Amino acid sequence: MEKKISKLAILTKGIIKENPVLVLLLGTCPTLATTSSAFNGMGMGIAATAVLICSNIVISLLAKIIPDKVRIPCYIVVIAGFVTLVQFIVQAFAEPLYNSLGVFLPLIVVNCIILGRAEMFANKNNPLDSALDGIGMGLGFTLALTVMGAVREIIGNGTIFSSFFLGDPDMFTIKIPFLVDHPFMIVALAPGGFFIFGCAIAAVNKMMAKKGGAPREFSCQGCALASMCQQEKCIAELDKVEIKKGAEA
Amino acid sequence: MNFFTILVGIILVNNYVLAQFLGICPFLGVSKKLDSAVGMGVAVIFVMVLATAATWPIQQLLNMWGIGYLQTIVFILIIAALVQFVEMVLKKFIPALHKSLGVYLPLITTNCAVLGVCISNIDAGYNYIESLVNSFGAGVGFLLAMVIFSGMRSKLEGNTAIPASFQGVPITLASAALLSLAFMGFGGLV
Repeated sequence: MEKKISKLAILTKGIIKENPVLVLLLGTCPTLATTSSAFNGMGMGIAATAVLICSNIVISLLAKIIPDKVRIPCYIVVIAGFVTLVQFIVQAFAEPLYNSLGVFLPLIVVNCIILGRAEMFANKNNPLDSALDGIGMGLGFTLALTVMGAVREIIGNGTIFSSFFLGDPDMFTIKIPFLVDHPFMIVALAPGGFFIFGCAIAAVNKMMAKKGGAPREFSCQGCALASMCQQEKCIAELDKVEIKKGAEA
Repeated sequence: MNFFTILVGIILVNNYVLAQFLGICPFLGVSKKLDSAVGMGVAVIFVMVLATAATWPIQQLLNMWGIGYLQTIVFILIIAALVQFVEMVLKKFIPALHKSLGVYLPLITTNCAVLGVCISNIDAGYNYIESLVNSFGAGVGFLLAMVIFSGMRSKLEGNTAIPASFQGVPITLASAALLSLAFMGFGGLV
């Protein structure tokens, strides 16, 4: 029998231990694309968190009704509904953010964190636990995006929390001396996104190595579609996980 | 707009993977071997063009009925259904093609590049033919990036000069940064 996990553990595991971006390596597209500034990353994180919490609750409520064979399309419809809602809200209350996130706001629908949590957690757990899981994972996502955005903004623009969408653009802006006059613009552009993300994962690897973890690869374990995928790699990975679970039991 | 301009713009200047960060998951996940990179790339081109061919007219219908805001839900459903349908058709009628492309198809449903190209075509205000050309170009750009990157990754395999904490994912991302930097050189073309 699986041990009952405490509510607090469900809430906090997503923030550091199973951080969806830096540890599980999910949702790389929005992570790279929307972290050109700290507020941008934070906005994306909050929007995705809102969708994640709502969809987790609804999917855990509907888990028994949805036939197993068509579950993925059903999850996608639920998620897409909430994404449309969030799109409306962001457009109404933060239009500059809506414009700067652009196509990545509707693309929350194919964010593998959200589908992954639906498939791996929400459809097996009760609504309260699923909501807590959503909050934890969402916070972890938001935190990772904000930190990466802040680093890229400091080096690439010489500022931090430049809040162009809050009426007064300099309200929270902190200017970094020297860098503000001589910014390394490449860091805020596409190559810098790849590089800073690589450095962030290397830092996590270093921390995990102290605890005896091995460097990670892009694998099928975190992928929501692994159970449907016919690629040999995914099937092999799934077998490995099954064997491990069997050995533990 | 000139078709050639659209193609050069989407393949080289605004490459979907390297400049716009769409479709990063398959770009990093399936680019280890050249043949799987090519398979994935071709499957993406195929699905992108088909998805655009289906979603563009439907957006006109949605606009006509005044429910354009249902775009996200409708598009993802169409893409999911289309991918399933294509897989079934290939399995039944062209088993050889299904054997080489079929394994990649389920993954493409949740590939953000496919949904991304459908939405971008509408946002950019392209007409039907331009949309199809743009989607084809986006797929070719994806294939190009995948093929070049699989070559770069083969040099990383088993390389002992890489520091321990940079092995695996971080060095892959750092090499993607270099490739992206190279593609920035196309910046002034269009």
